[in-house]
Amino acid sequence: MYTYNEFDAGFVAKRNSQFRQQVERRISGALSEDEFKPLRLMNGLYLQLHAYMLRVAIPYGTLDSAKMRQLALLADKWDKGYGHFTTRQNIQYNWPKLSDVPDMLDALAEVDMHAIQTSGNTIRNVTADHFAGAGADEVADPRPVAELIRQWSSDHPEFQFMPRKFKIAVTGSVNDRAVIMAHDIGLQIVDRDGEIGYRVVIGGGLGRTPMIGKVINDFVAQGDLLPYLEAVVSVWNLLGRRDNKYKARIKITVHEHGIDDIRARVDERFKAIRPSFTGVDVALFEDIKAAFAPPAFRDASTAVYETAYKSDPIFRSWSDTNLAQHRAPGYAIVQISLKAHGETPGDASSEQMRAMADLAETYGHNELRISHEQNVILPHVHKSDLPALHAELKKHRLATANIGLISDIIACPGMDYCALATARSIPVAQQIATRFDALKLEHEVGDLKIKISGCINACGHHHVGHIGILGLDRAGVENYQITLGGDHTLDARLGDRTGPGFAYDEIIPAVERIVYAYLDLRTDPEEQFLATYARVGMTPFKAALYDKAQAYAAE
Amino acid sequence: MARTFSPKVVTGNALIEGDVVYQTADDGWTRDLAHAEVLSDEAQANLRLLMAEGQPEVIVGAYLADVTPGTDGPVPTHFREGFRRTGPSNYFHGKQAEIG
Repeated sequence: MYTYNEFDAGFVAKRNSQFRQQVERRISGALSEDEFKPLRLMNGLYLQLHAYMLRVAIPYGTLDSAKMRQLALLADKWDKGYGHFTTRQNIQYNWPKLSDVPDMLDALAEVDMHAIQTSGNTIRNVTADHFAGAGADEVADPRPVAELIRQWSSDHPEFQFMPRKFKIAVTGSVNDRAVIMAHDIGLQIVDRDGEIGYRVVIGGGLGRTPMIGKVINDFVAQGDLLPYLEAVVSVWNLLGRRDNKYKARIKITVHEHGIDDIRARVDERFKAIRPSFTGVDVALFEDIKAAFAPPAFRDASTAVYETAYKSDPIFRSWSDTNLAQHRAPGYAIVQISLKAHGETPGDASSEQMRAMADLAETYGHNELRISHEQNVILPHVHKSDLPALHAELKKHRLATANIGLISDIIACPGMDYCALATARSIPVAQQIATRFDALKLEHEVGDLKIKISGCINACGHHHVGHIGILGLDRAGVENYQITLGGDHTLDARLGDRTGPGFAYDEIIPAVERIVYAYLDLRTDPEEQFLATYARVGMTPFKAALYDKAQAYAAE
Repeated sequence: MARTFSPKVVTGNALIEGDVVYQTADDGWTRDLAHAEVLSDEAQANLRLLMAEGQPEVIVGAYLADVTPGTDGPVPTHFREGFRRTGPSNYFHGKQAEIG
């Protein structure tokens, strides 16, 4: 893992000291709220419905045990004993006091963490595949390049006051787990005849005008990457609509100008700035790569695992659902679900955070990842350690076997916390999970991704959910629109709206009707929801959703 | 005919704690909507809002929120204000835990 050098530590310490003084000046009355707001946003501090919220970056979703323990300490000391992991690999604290935030930031700096550029019109936290460095399907580990981009984009003088926020995600695999097609820039690491480079996608994004990203360049070599990214952001920074915040994101710029026009402008800009990149970035990249060298994997028997798998049905069910294939023989990637049925998606208590930190230290080479699906990953666990690990997870309510299933729901904070929300998300997710657990159906249903947003800004990625749910305010009442057939992978697709929305007390039965319709329609248990939807289309689902509702109403 | 003015309270968030506060008739602030001053005259409401905006060292983001009079003081008309008055629905945190 990358550790801060003197420059990083000095930069964060200086920024924290500046922000401490800014908070003092705000409290003394020397700064008005209008003056203070952009300063607090630059440091990740929002004001929500019930309190302030501090958003802390977890660059490319990577943590070690010390960092995780410090996140737990912040939760206990300055919040209400928990944190909320988000779809952009951040952690949010929902209850800090303004006067405590400078101390929280200093505590984060002790473990090389900060909240800089987690808000505002800047380049945000760079996200990556949560199986980075471990996935069997990986071309290269995306974390070194994500760290290079973090360093390049942090306090970049040209990119501090852009038309809007800007989000970059990197995947090292063709099985995209970083949602790169729905980012301002998505990078896919590719291997061209033995040379590692980057396929660059731009102009993706969800929100009020959802767009799937477009390929601007099929192969950018390592030495050209930073100048190329700088050219893209620079072109948009000048061209992007500052007159209308709803048209300011790069997806609109690309849509209005066309990808070919943008490509030509980027190429021109790239030519102009390429000579100023003298190769320091490439040398730096090599240093960073060394920091992400894989741990020393051990060669040991997996007999204990195989015995437990045969004899313990609960362990077997968890293994079947929550493990992924590791690139090293005898190892597995462990996905810890933060979606226990009825709990808030993405929330972990401080006690759970410390338990996961301990487990990572004991069994996982001291590494943890946060996924955009709001779960925690132990990327490197030897299979012989899995039975003991599973037993420990159970003690902390962290052994829910539901990864990728209907209760593994992405949900934004919604109107329970967020000032922008138009409806609640969390209780909808809780009730869906509880309902399908009670029906004992979720393993039979199989791979099904439900994603819920509490407003059109789409933090819950509802457009790319197999079933997407969008909460709106319709004449002063919560109302939920459903979309079907969304896909967040490299085959990204926006879901189709089913029709009129459903009231808060109608949305769970509506989801149930969709799922029962799918079970009726699928050719066999191997045909997953997306495949069935692609085959039969919207009509039968619409009938199940609305005809039956009318039939019930007539009873 | 002049449009009717629906009753309002002045609300915002406390500067330090960030929690929801309501203006009281004696120019103070309360965390309990039941004790808020209900404004049924538009001109008076705008004046009281100006008064709140002049206290940046106490509160942030003052605005007028719709209420209806109830037996135990004003009640929010919109669900958003309902959540602000009580707290989140996933945990017993916020006002519901702090005000009996």
